[in-house]
Amino acid sequence: MKLLNLLKIAYRSLSKNKLRVLLTMLGIIIGVASVIAMLAIGQGSKENIQTSMASLGINSVMIYPGSTNQGGVRMGAGSYSTLTLKDVDAINSKCDFVTDVSPVVSKSSQVIAGNQNWHTNVVGGLNQYFKIRDLTVSVGSSFSATDEHTAAKVCVIGQTVSTNLFGENANPVGKFIRINSIPFKVIGLLAVKGQNTFGQDQDDIIIAPFSTVMKRMLSTLYLNSILASAKSENDIDNAKTQISTIIRIQHKLTHADQDDFTVRSQADIAKTFESISNVMTILLACIASISLLVGGIGIMNIMLVSVTERTREIGIRMAVGAKSRDVLFQFIIESIFISVLGGLIGIVLGILIAFLVSYFGKWPVVITGTSILLSFIFSSAVGIFFGWYPAKKASNLNPIDALRFE
Amino acid sequence: MDIDNNLICVKNLVKTYKMGDMQVFALRNVTLNIEKGAFVAIMGPSGSGKSTFMNVIGCLDYPTSGEYYIDNENVFKLNKDRLAELRNKKIGFIFQSFNILARTSAIENVELPMLYNSGIDTKERKERAMAALKSVGLAERAFHMPNQLSGGQQQRVAIARSLVNNPLVIMADEPTGNLDTRSSYEIMEIFQNLNDKGITIVMVTHEMDIAQFARTNILFRDGKIVTNSVVVDRKIASEELKNLPVLDVNEIMT
Ligand SMILES: Nc1ncnc2c1ncn2[C@@H]1O[C@H](COP(=O)(O)OP(=O)(O)OP(=O)(O)O)[C@@H](O)[C@H]1O
Ligand SMILES: [Mg+2]
Repeated sequence: MKLLNLLKIAYRSLSKNKLRVLLTMLGIIIGVASVIAMLAIGQGSKENIQTSMASLGINSVMIYPGSTNQGGVRMGAGSYSTLTLKDVDAINSKCDFVTDVSPVVSKSSQVIAGNQNWHTNVVGGLNQYFKIRDLTVSVGSSFSATDEHTAAKVCVIGQTVSTNLFGENANPVGKFIRINSIPFKVIGLLAVKGQNTFGQDQDDIIIAPFSTVMKRMLSTLYLNSILASAKSENDIDNAKTQISTIIRIQHKLTHADQDDFTVRSQADIAKTFESISNVMTILLACIASISLLVGGIGIMNIMLVSVTERTREIGIRMAVGAKSRDVLFQFIIESIFISVLGGLIGIVLGILIAFLVSYFGKWPVVITGTSILLSFIFSSAVGIFFGWYPAKKASNLNPIDALRFE
Repeated sequence: MDIDNNLICVKNLVKTYKMGDMQVFALRNVTLNIEKGAFVAIMGPSGSGKSTFMNVIGCLDYPTSGEYYIDNENVFKLNKDRLAELRNKKIGFIFQSFNILARTSAIENVELPMLYNSGIDTKERKERAMAALKSVGLAERAFHMPNQLSGGQQQRVAIARSLVNNPLVIMADEPTGNLDTRSSYEIMEIFQNLNDKGITIVMVTHEMDIAQFARTNILFRDGKIVTNSVVVDRKIASEELKNLPVLDVNEIMT
């Protein structure tokens, strides 16, 4: 029998049971929609990590004081005082896999300009800090070597700080702000970077010369961290080992001693988060697949009921010349029709959900063609798989038994 | 057996049903030849095996043993698909309970056998379905649903359906069992017209007067044929219809 006729027969019998078809479809619709939405969210966060990684300077290496697992108790990085400027100098002079190094100190401070005030993080770093972190100054300039030498009271501010202190679209360059009551001159505005992977606003920052922050705002010899950048992506691991070795020598650690610092590359962090988001994606996909499976079982259930209910119809069809395979195909096509149409509706719904999530949840989503294709193929397969048994059952009936069925 | 002149040759047909430990003999050694162009009415008491016989020669059921040839084909040697083709192309089966698809228009019901006949395209299918409905006087009801049709009209839809693939033989198991006299005679009129065109008809009936429209009568008893006689005084349906008192003007007009 011609395929077109089969499609016509399946369509005719489905159109007589619209509500039931819709309810059966619901399982598949929900399954596919969740697969699409979940994968879009998972993929979105993954790509977000990749882009924010690139924006942080892909080659950057961070050195924090304290070991990550000292004495079995994890302490937040930076709660130790082990790194000093000497370490920076040592890295600078002895590490040939490292191109730029900057000490980093920071202090959370109250900032005032005119009658506006704002609470933000003030970071002290060298000129290299900008380069390593891939920050650019969009208006004005960053500080000079002289500023560093004289501990000049100048700073570069992020867009968020500027907006909160001077209002939208204002040019802050040349204006004065008071950080913890000390007047600073704004000499530059950072280009907008937006949120990072962790949802932090990267534009909510003030950067001042290292010596200024160290001498005028803090009274300590210890650094919050050291930021360095490897020569190239391939040299990241070499740079990390080299830095470790040098700092161990600097700190006079013996073989028995554990590191009193931690070296991490931007890539490590990204990798960790990528693997977390991979696990998340797999988990979400599992949940979605289970709902697809449940949808498939729903199809099978309805098709079984349908076969029983329509035994007489099957008998009539066989009596007028339907072959076993005609009956088989009719029921399989019906279940494929349900699952494919459900799949298509599910895809549209899934895309919609993904967009709603990205719009209201401010969460990046990426809908890939593969995920659409995959869930489409999967839902069709569910239709064939779960439609097969009821269809086979129908096609194996004897005409007379089917006709006599009450 | 003489296959050449006979459309249907049945030899030593036996059909038993197992009911627990008991064996029910529905057919015991039935042997029968039916010529091309015959019009046979099968009669007999309830439970005598008439339906069982019809289902077997209609290729809807298998016997326990025996031989069966239709149009020179050895039916019990054919596989399921060939049997389906036989039902589709050579046999038109009509049931007492009509057996037309519910919630499916008259014309779609008539189209049904042609959907399983790959040689017919959509245009031809529609035309032939319409022509068949016209030949049973139901052209205006083509798009009505079964629940909008009377029993007689539903049976005529079933007849139109049995005709569309130009079968060699029409087999009808009590086609008028659920109908009143007028509708029954109308069905007989259609059958006689078809028979005059050369289509063989085998029909089961309980009613003596309906059997009178056939050319030969066969009597079943206890799963066996007891008599096989030519009908004397054969009735002609078109004339009988004229003699019936007019009860419902509309019924005649449809
Ligand atoms: N599926 C079945 N299972 C068991 N016994 C059956 C079955 N079908 C028919 N029989 C038996 O076979 C015998 C013949 O039945 P059949 O239906 O052929 O009779 P019939 O002549 O058509 O009767 P009626 O005039 O009432 O329609 C009966 O005794 C019946 O009980
Ligand atoms: Mg019967």
